[in-house]
Amino acid sequence: MTPDDSIVLRFEDVSLHFDATVALDHLSLEVHPGQTYVVFGAAGSGKTMLLKVAVGLVRPDSGRVSLFGQEITGLREQDLFDIRARVGILFQEGGLFDSLTVAENVAYPLTNQRVLRQAAVTPEGSAGNGAVRTVDDRVRESLRFVELEETLDKFPAELSGGMRRRVGIARAVVSAPALLLYDSPTAGLDPITANTIIALILKERDLRNTATIMVTHRYQDGHLMANFRYNPNSGQIERARGGGDVSQVSTKFLVMNAGRLVFEGTEPELQASQDPYVRKFLRVGGA
Amino acid sequence: MLDILKPPIEAFQEFVLLSIRAVRNIFRSPHYADDIFVQMDVIGVGSLFIVSLIGLFSGIVMALQMARALTQYGAQGQVGSIVAITLVRELGPVLTAVLVAGRNASGIASELGSMKVTEQIDAMRALGTDPIQKLVTPRLIATAVVLPLLTIISDFIGLIGGYFIASGMLGLTFSEYWTTAWQALEYNDLFQGLLKPFVFAVIIALVGCFYGMRTTGGTQGVGRSTTSAVVSSSVWIFVLTAFITYVWNRAFVKQ
Ligand SMILES: Nc1ncnc2c1ncn2[C@@H]1O[C@H](COP(=O)(O)OP(=O)(O)OP(=O)(O)O)[C@@H](O)[C@H]1O
Ligand SMILES: [Mg+2]
Repeated sequence: MTPDDSIVLRFEDVSLHFDATVALDHLSLEVHPGQTYVVFGAAGSGKTMLLKVAVGLVRPDSGRVSLFGQEITGLREQDLFDIRARVGILFQEGGLFDSLTVAENVAYPLTNQRVLRQAAVTPEGSAGNGAVRTVDDRVRESLRFVELEETLDKFPAELSGGMRRRVGIARAVVSAPALLLYDSPTAGLDPITANTIIALILKERDLRNTATIMVTHRYQDGHLMANFRYNPNSGQIERARGGGDVSQVSTKFLVMNAGRLVFEGTEPELQASQDPYVRKFLRVGGA
Repeated sequence: MLDILKPPIEAFQEFVLLSIRAVRNIFRSPHYADDIFVQMDVIGVGSLFIVSLIGLFSGIVMALQMARALTQYGAQGQVGSIVAITLVRELGPVLTAVLVAGRNASGIASELGSMKVTEQIDAMRALGTDPIQKLVTPRLIATAVVLPLLTIISDFIGLIGGYFIASGMLGLTFSEYWTTAWQALEYNDLFQGLLKPFVFAVIIALVGCFYGMRTTGGTQGVGRSTTSAVVSSSVWIFVLTAFITYVWNRAFVKQ
């Protein structure tokens, strides 16, 4: 594998400008395997740009970005493709191809990414029982994961907003990526649907122990990520037991303001913060 | 002063870069043949009717205008040659291209623009596809193949329109009209008449893709890109036809 897999993603003094607007301002950050990062920030504070710069969709003006220990800042697009194959992304605006069916959308990473196309078997399943799973199997499995198996042949435009979000998640997780980026997965959804979406994100995180960065406006989302976990036995989301539970320590909160990282810490530290900007994200009844 | 010039110069740079990449991709795999055929269908078959209609009426109008002028000199027998030359050299290529610009530069810009603002273009790049290879190059190839064909059809139907007037109003026979029309055309004219639509096709496809790919600002932005694509491709068509005609005359026509 790549030289240094102990750090999934590293930002070193990264800045990005659009003419006069600052999107990212000397931002440094490290993402470790199996950890969860919840990103808060006002509209336009650079949350989406943080995710896009992380996978090389947008090139920063200065600073260095490394993915899985490999610096990507100067890489050509062709070389980036193979690295991006290990990252799953749910886009804020959906990013589902509306000319393709749900099944084709979910199959897209498997059929278009060079490294995934070459590995006909799943990365984690290939060593075990030796059963080769076809793209079709994996697409069905991924759609079953988000409980939308019946929509295989529909087009994205025929689905509700919440269903589209779930298809987006299915497409992001189908390749079993090592890093998952969710851009505002609950934005514009009712509280019930929003919680189902968070439950899916938790399920993916806890079943595969995937490093996760989630941008959100809802404090509730971050609270769930930090304090709840997926129980594979019951198939339900439940409160993680004990104060020192793993998921508690491994969830970090980041707060962005005008491209700068103004807070980085655990949930108790977030709640204790005196910064008026940071405190704004704490409302909505907390627990 | 320099600040005013900066955005258009940067935009032109971007356009040139996109053009180079799109052309380079023609010779690189993967090739998305399906997308090329879909686009040929959208652009070619979709425009066939309207292009024929406009071709017919431009032929009729040309013949009507020329009939009056030629009759004054007793040269109404020459209507076929005049209609043929103006249609094949100039009117056919330009009118067809302007129509296709209105239909397809806008269609391309709005389709790619919506893909841009819904992050489908980003998703493509994130999932291992080069959007220029997948979206721009097929549209470029399809337009470059189809527009010259549409122009030939339009020219021919325009000549038929001219024949209606020539036979109906000037009393020319079938062979009188078509013989003069055919003899008036030199290889030179035919070549110019095919070079122009090819160049216009490249402009229409690339300008449409360029405005589509740089769309920002949601649905409103898509509307703006669409308008800009039609306006600039139409302007470029007229500028280039003047340029090509000028260069052509300097190079090939003995004064
Ligand atoms: N293509 C672009 N051109 C110009 N400015 C841009 C562009 N994309 C982003 N920006 C600017 O960069 C800044 C950060 O944008 P970003 O999309 O990361 O915000 P965000 O935190 O995701 O906001 P939201 O919560 O509304 O999604 C904003 O000021 C935005 O206006
Ligand atoms: Mg955003």
